[in-house]
Amino acid sequence: MDFQRLVFYVFAAILVFAAARVITVRNPVHAALHLVLAFFTCAGLWLLLEAEFLAIVLVLVYVGAVMVLFLFVVMMLDINTSPLREGFIRYLPVGLSVAALIVIEMYMVVRARNFGADVMAIPERHPEGYSNVRELGNVLYTDYVYPFEIAAVILLVAIIAAIALTMRKRPETKYQNPSEQVAVKSKDRVRIVEMKSEKKQ
Amino acid sequence: MNTNAYIEKYKSQLLLTLLTTVVLSALVIGLGVYLWADIKANVVLYSLVKIIAILVPLLLAVAYLTYAERKIIGYMQVRIGPNRVGPRGWLQPIADALKLLMKEIIFPTNANRFLFVIAPMLSIAPAMAAWAVFPFTDTLVLANIDASLLYILALTSMGVYGVILAGWASNSKYAFLGAMRSAAQIVSYEIAMGFALVGVLIAGGSLNLVEIVEAQQGSLLHWFWLPLFPLFLVYFISGVAETNRAPFDVSEGESEIVAGFHVEYSGMAFAVFFLAEYANMILIAALASLMFLGGWLSPFDGTWFESWFAWVPAIFWMLGKTALMLLFFLWFRATFPRYRYDQIMRLGWKVFIPITIVWLVIEGAAVMAHIGPWFV
Repeated sequence: MDFQRLVFYVFAAILVFAAARVITVRNPVHAALHLVLAFFTCAGLWLLLEAEFLAIVLVLVYVGAVMVLFLFVVMMLDINTSPLREGFIRYLPVGLSVAALIVIEMYMVVRARNFGADVMAIPERHPEGYSNVRELGNVLYTDYVYPFEIAAVILLVAIIAAIALTMRKRPETKYQNPSEQVAVKSKDRVRIVEMKSEKKQ
Repeated sequence: MNTNAYIEKYKSQLLLTLLTTVVLSALVIGLGVYLWADIKANVVLYSLVKIIAILVPLLLAVAYLTYAERKIIGYMQVRIGPNRVGPRGWLQPIADALKLLMKEIIFPTNANRFLFVIAPMLSIAPAMAAWAVFPFTDTLVLANIDASLLYILALTSMGVYGVILAGWASNSKYAFLGAMRSAAQIVSYEIAMGFALVGVLIAGGSLNLVEIVEAQQGSLLHWFWLPLFPLFLVYFISGVAETNRAPFDVSEGESEIVAGFHVEYSGMAFAVFFLAEYANMILIAALASLMFLGGWLSPFDGTWFESWFAWVPAIFWMLGKTALMLLFFLWFRATFPRYRYDQIMRLGWKVFIPITIVWLVIEGAAVMAHIGPWFV
């Protein structure tokens, strides 16, 4: 077994373990942390596939930003886990049928007939000097420039919508005007009084 | 008990520890020299040696940065600073490290032990791993990968986990408040920082740090600090905020929340947070000098006395610029009072992000118009 294969199996084992823990641990903070671990090992696997740009961006966006905010929210929740388990039996049939549906759907797409070794060509190792970042950039800004820009605009709209939904001027909120604060002069705040010095008694 | 009395009391143990360390390291180094040819032939072992060659000077630099900080801020405030341990206080960082090593690590009641222990490691690991792609000169780089800038950005963005988990696992309100503040602050400033870096990679035309520095070839005026001056300021100030340094150190704000996220930590666990903070400072300073101040390029290139400085090794310029940027970190701490938290958020979101976006548009126009000498 060469070193690369060893790395693959180690990463794959950690990934499966972490992904399983995400849905089995009780504590939501631990679940979020296992999701972080899953993302990180997944990035490691992508590096083995020579997709270094995607791997680094996965870490940058999901681990570095999305999961931080996720954790931020989950940590502040005061979740009592026992009432959460009350409806377990009641929801079990629904959950199981959804899970079965997903497995069947995935099987229909990712089965051996579509992705087997005899159907797909074995991916070739790129020569030295191949830059995944450059290739991706070339494709993204030539062939896919319109989908790319449209996706960017949709994201922007989502950001503005989220801000617009949550921003409302409440009367009880106190606001400060920084430019007013900065423009304050000493004579606005302090009154200097002239006094004659007292004589020593 | 002060450090001197401590050393006096445990003299025999300390000497024994020191002796063992020296003998062991001499053995390891001797073995390394003896087997050097074999080590060099083995890729994994050779990389390991290179990693050690980066990390050991880094940790020493961290230790002496704390000493430099206390000395420099001392002089700025007309004090002398540490001058008791060793000649002129040179052994002070070693004494501090020994003291912290010997202290007990206390676990708070109902703390999450596993996360409590792993949090300092999570904060120091990215701070060190980021150096893997850092080019000290054009040839002196451990892994010259293609997207090194992105790699560093991705790893530094992971440092926040250490802070958040430390705050949460401590089971303490002050620590939790510090962690919340820090998380919000780091996530906000990362956006401004990322935008500033986008400006750098437009100007450099690459995500590779070596190529970014090589794009600045020429004189002092060819370096990116001049065409990207607002981005340089935004990057550096965001860097100060990202490392939780004064005047943005609200996550530890001792006047409000005692020591913030690491209030429950003691001994070596605390020291690791300390190490991570200073390693991050060095990283930010080194990156700023790499991307805006021409890295290892000599500032006298392109002048008539260029040849006078031809003998200076390239790494000297790199380290010199890093030291200059580090001085600013210390200078800020000695100068500015701490920001109020809402002002920090306002500065990040309402000042820095608009500045970077406007400057990216201007820079794009300059690149389209081929305004020299930078965008030819």
